[in-house]
Amino acid sequence: MQKKDTSRRYFLLNGLLAGAGLAAGCSGKTAFTPDRAEEAVPSGEKVKLLSIDGEVIEVDKAFLKPVPDIPYPFSNREERVGIQGKKFVMVIDLSRCKNLKKCQSACNHMHHLHPGQNWLKIYAMQDAEHTAPYWQPATCMHCDEPPCVKVCPVDATFKRQDGIVLIDSDRCVGCRFCMAACPYSTRVFNWEEPALTEEVASREYSCETSVPQKKGTVGKCDFCPDMVRKGELPHCVTACPNGVFFFGDMNEDVVTNGAETFRFSDLIRDKAGYRLMEDLGTKPSVYYLPPVNRNFKFEEGLKTEEPKPTYKTVDRGNSEYLRCKKNHPRPFAEKIW
Amino acid sequence: MIWTGILILFCLIGLFAYYRQLRYGLVVTHMGDYASWGIYISNFVFFVAISLVGSLVTAIFRLGNIHWSTPLTRIAEIIAVSAILFASFIIVVDMGRPERLVNLFIYGRIQSPIMWDVIVISTYLVISLLLLYLPLLPDLKILNDQKEKGRGWWSRIYVLFGGFWKSNARQERINQKAVLILSILIIPVAFCIHTVTSWLFATTYRPGWDSTNFGAYFVSGAFLVGAGAVVIAMYVFRKVYHLERYITETHFDKMGKVLVLLALIYLYFNVNEYLVPAFKMKKTEEVHLVTLFAGDFAPMFWFSLLAGLIIPAVIMLFKQGRKPLPMFILGIMVVVGAWFKRYLIVTPTLLHPFLPMEDSPERFKHYFPSWEEWAIAIGSLAGVLLIITFFVRIFPIIPIQETIAEQDATPEK
Ligand code: SF4
Ligand code: SF4
Repeated sequence: MQKKDTSRRYFLLNGLLAGAGLAAGCSGKTAFTPDRAEEAVPSGEKVKLLSIDGEVIEVDKAFLKPVPDIPYPFSNREERVGIQGKKFVMVIDLSRCKNLKKCQSACNHMHHLHPGQNWLKIYAMQDAEHTAPYWQPATCMHCDEPPCVKVCPVDATFKRQDGIVLIDSDRCVGCRFCMAACPYSTRVFNWEEPALTEEVASREYSCETSVPQKKGTVGKCDFCPDMVRKGELPHCVTACPNGVFFFGDMNEDVVTNGAETFRFSDLIRDKAGYRLMEDLGTKPSVYYLPPVNRNFKFEEGLKTEEPKPTYKTVDRGNSEYLRCKKNHPRPFAEKIW
Repeated sequence: MIWTGILILFCLIGLFAYYRQLRYGLVVTHMGDYASWGIYISNFVFFVAISLVGSLVTAIFRLGNIHWSTPLTRIAEIIAVSAILFASFIIVVDMGRPERLVNLFIYGRIQSPIMWDVIVISTYLVISLLLLYLPLLPDLKILNDQKEKGRGWWSRIYVLFGGFWKSNARQERINQKAVLILSILIIPVAFCIHTVTSWLFATTYRPGWDSTNFGAYFVSGAFLVGAGAVVIAMYVFRKVYHLERYITETHFDKMGKVLVLLALIYLYFNVNEYLVPAFKMKKTEEVHLVTLFAGDFAPMFWFSLLAGLIIPAVIMLFKQGRKPLPMFILGIMVVVGAWFKRYLIVTPTLLHPFLPMEDSPERFKHYFPSWEEWAIAIGSLAGVLLIITFFVRIFPIIPIQETIAEQDATPEK
């Protein structure tokens, strides 16, 4: 599939306009003539559209042609390189999370994930017996030293210049070595034909949209580079009503959750940000702000929690964890479960 | 005939299960996002382990000037070839997209341990095939010379494979030299195949796999199970083909001593592998070790350790224990124990990830193989036995030429 370089630059420079153009195209959808537009007779009814150059143009309704799938305008090669000059980071503020899982449902919905699959998981964590529990959303960490990339035999999982780790489902052989290698258990496998609508299944696959998922290959959080190309934020960031997720560019030193924008280095310094399992040397691109001065009680998150979590705990910031032993009753665990 | 029939039946059931897997995807297995590798991989490790014995008996013994093992070389080599062949099949079975196997050659990246495995396993297969074939040439000559006595269409196979062999001095010299070179070459390659296979695990961070002991631990275990398999084969061939003159009680006695030695070495690495982390009980290791020692996997763990290692070693210390029949039974125990040991190496670790198992379907939190997985695993075991069975039907399982030289006796046929 040939994809044009011009459109690439266009997307980069005029991300927002492109969104508008697409939106205009969609709104005309109901008025589309069902079949070949060439044979259509002018109806005399005109619609106004926003052209690619940003001009408002008028077209006869009868000449509108449906575009079922706009091919993703980047080649595999460009997708493997990444967006130049960027280094994407995410900051997850644990003090704001109450396990609403809106991020998860938005992610699942937008990536058309197979039922049961979650790229974004929200863990009920407790570091040690007497420490406070908290909710910890976890995406792919987009490690700078990604163990998954090291072990992939065919370069189906790769690290880009802009820090994003992606999967090429057209190349993956399904050996699942990367799943064993990833210490964050973030990868999921398409054990069967993913349940997709016909329209989604027929879309042209792109590593950046990660849609459609393919049977016998792995999938994981992709940091939504397709949204970023459009100048928008990843789905989890926009979906969270509590502003837990901040996304941004380390080179520009800025992160935003859509409503608030911070200098990344200030935020990490002031709130003592940290990364998960630092001791493994994976160098994640996802930072966490500790669950202090919380907006919500941990217990509030239990309302959305079903089925109840198997209680298992993790040391914040390093890999060690404790599993609640059945014969070791905990005052806290007893109170809730 | 019944034996072959049963083996073929198992293979067909395995093929049918594989057909189902190709059609519906790996969902027919009970693997999940946590236990993302299952008995296919443990079976793979098992096959690689067994195949190592070819190098032990043919190469290490040969170079060590140990002559009593000569009648056993071909048994060891055919076990090695068929096991390594099925090791490569089973790894393809485990792939989500087997039709993309060619990607390994188009896009292969050398920093992945999988690529190392592909390279060393194919090398080992080639060397093993040669080590099976080259010593066979003089025997084919003997068989060709008396083909009139009628072994039907098989004589054509002998001509096809060995027709060019004249047994003249030059050919013999080349052959002996080649075998010698290959015997030396195969030792590092053999260590590589199993060390690299252990690195598939040891290069990850997971508790139970994250061990610097893994290469030696795997290799020593592999020699043990391989020797156990040779003992079983010795007993069966001796009984079925009445080879009492060639595979004598002395052979069992000596193999018994070898097994004791190998078991002790393996025990040593087991102590290192389990007791050193158990002394520290790091939190990550603790969960893993506790399930092995006293949790869900404890029965299997102690079975594989006691029945597959300690008890056989103790019994074989006694002369009575090294008689053919007890050796046969102990050999089976060693091999069965070793199979479960491989299962224990792969599965429990995957079920103990660093982060909790949450937000994932309930069925992913446990692992027990589905019937398709069992069928494929058993089918592949049957396939190995089938290759060996066919081989011994067609070719002499005792190296005639070499044994003559060794025993100074007349060949059986
Ligand atoms: S979190 Fe896992 S999948 Fe993501 S980059 Fe790191 S190792 Fe790879
Ligand atoms: S499953 Fe796919 S992405 Fe993962 S290591 Fe294998 S080929 Fe690479």
